[in-house]
Amino acid sequence: MKKEASVGKYTQPFSKRLKKDLRRNWFAYLAFVPVFTYIFVFKYIPMYGVLIAFKDYKPFLGFAKSKWVGLENFRSFFGSPYFLRTIKNTLMQNLWHLFLGFPAPIILALLLNEVRKNGFKRVVQTITYMPHFISLVVAMGIVRLLIDSGGVITQMVDMVTGTQHSSLLNYASMYRPIYTLSGVWQGVGWGTIIYLSAMASVDPTLYEAAEIDGAGRGAKMWYITIPTILPTIMILLIRELGGMMDSGYQKSILLYSPVNYRVSDTLGTFVYRRGLVEGSFGFSSAVGLVTSLVNLVLLVAANRVSKKLTETSLF
Amino acid sequence: MKAKERKPGRWSPANVAFNTFNYLFLSVVAFLCLYPVLYVVLASVSDPNQLIRYKGLLLRPLGFTLRGYEMTLKDSSILVGYKNTIIYVVTGTALNMVMTILGAYTLSRRNLLFKKPIMIYITITMFFGGGLIPTYLLERSLGLYNNIWAMIIPGAVAIWNMIIMRTGFQSVPMELEEAAYIDGASPVKILLEVILPLSKPVLAVILLYYTVGHWNEWFRAMVLLDDRTKYPLQIFMREMLIQANQALVAASSEAAGSLQEVDQYRELLKYCTIVVSTAPIMCIYPFLQKYFVRGVYVGSLKG
Repeated sequence: MKKEASVGKYTQPFSKRLKKDLRRNWFAYLAFVPVFTYIFVFKYIPMYGVLIAFKDYKPFLGFAKSKWVGLENFRSFFGSPYFLRTIKNTLMQNLWHLFLGFPAPIILALLLNEVRKNGFKRVVQTITYMPHFISLVVAMGIVRLLIDSGGVITQMVDMVTGTQHSSLLNYASMYRPIYTLSGVWQGVGWGTIIYLSAMASVDPTLYEAAEIDGAGRGAKMWYITIPTILPTIMILLIRELGGMMDSGYQKSILLYSPVNYRVSDTLGTFVYRRGLVEGSFGFSSAVGLVTSLVNLVLLVAANRVSKKLTETSLF
Repeated sequence: MKAKERKPGRWSPANVAFNTFNYLFLSVVAFLCLYPVLYVVLASVSDPNQLIRYKGLLLRPLGFTLRGYEMTLKDSSILVGYKNTIIYVVTGTALNMVMTILGAYTLSRRNLLFKKPIMIYITITMFFGGGLIPTYLLERSLGLYNNIWAMIIPGAVAIWNMIIMRTGFQSVPMELEEAAYIDGASPVKILLEVILPLSKPVLAVILLYYTVGHWNEWFRAMVLLDDRTKYPLQIFMREMLIQANQALVAASSEAAGSLQEVDQYRELLKYCTIVVSTAPIMCIYPFLQKYFVRGVYVGSLKG
């Protein structure tokens, strides 16, 4: 049916097709006007506004009257000590996440998939989803209470190390574990949903056939379940990599403090502090632009590698 | 249910060992996820003096007091925050739904002449963006600074939600729409009386996503709102839990008693405020779980 329509379409002149289309679909176009306007104003105008990265932006002069400075803002970022620090912290924070936070829901989903008692499974799922529903502000508030001096987690660390600690956030070496593990706490259960739904699509006869061939549970997991969810894993991994340069800055703002900027200050938090707190709009837009360009490159690269290796790709 | 049949391998030592480990491990994971929340609830009714001296895992309340809750409920900023949050959630979500339904309707049409340009127009925004600063400057220049509409208009449509909803609309059988069309129903009527009633699950999912999004929103409020009377709950929570703002505690002391008492109850107040601000969503999410889960699933189908 679609084919038929397209054959007919190209035999008519454009004006006639347009007329017919508007008569038939006028409401569809009218309905799109609010969304079109919204996207234009709130998505496209800021894209143009990125040009302030090339200006010495002064709020009282406004966008048009502020002076062009070429690559000055970029040069001063690349030349500052913050450049290496923020890049390193951003990468480290994401590496921690990729090694701990990303695999955690996959492992949990694989183990949940092995549970035959549906009641037990459901209880575990409901409980592990819970932290996802706590708002970020409150979740970080709870984390701060637990790692405060005398908090439950601090007490455990005291016990293991044999020394008394004040709030664990005062120790730079503790920041990345706290950031990553609090992310695991909030996201591990919720993250399983997508993998469990992918696992549900496995044809049960595959498992039966494997059993007849003498495959144990490990073999079934390795040769059937994991290959089934591999495309899902890859898609999520590509998305993760494509957003990593400015990931998690809102959470960082709730968790970090000048004591640990050395390890906690990332590109995203740096843009926020320089721009919104200190008002260096041109400079921080330049940093933001670098961030989004690196993100885009990472996204395309990850997509290409995944396409080659696993034949899965986002686009 | 093949699993019910007793297979010879089912009780093999390896299998039993694996099951034991698995159930134990999952129980521990569940406990670790639950404990922080349990701890807050227990601490919120515990005697603050005992709590400060207590060492080890808290598994039952230490003493029992509702003093913290009394103070929390008298705290005017919590009430202001709650009121504002409810306004932002209701208004914001209503606008979200109207905009998203309209946009998803357009995207779900199959025979649009301009379908491709429209898709390109939308897809570009998923890969490029102006970033934090240009967006902020735009919002300021639109007069949204310290304006309650800042909590509603800049997030009027989440592109991703619109695409999920479009997928839902596309699953409405074409024959039904065509039958209504032949009967002379207007497109508006088809949308309201054919498409929407048949898309209730996806509408529920998106409604919940937006509601939770507005409920949790704090960054936009921190950046754009200046008046305390306009702050949503999350901003007051941030002051109390993250910044440990003295002003808030001092303000509540006028309502609640002497400064000394406030100092003693300050920690308790934190626990109680967490419970009060989080309880509504904690009570409803288990019942709405299946909708959220379906949303994640629908969202994963495309892209």
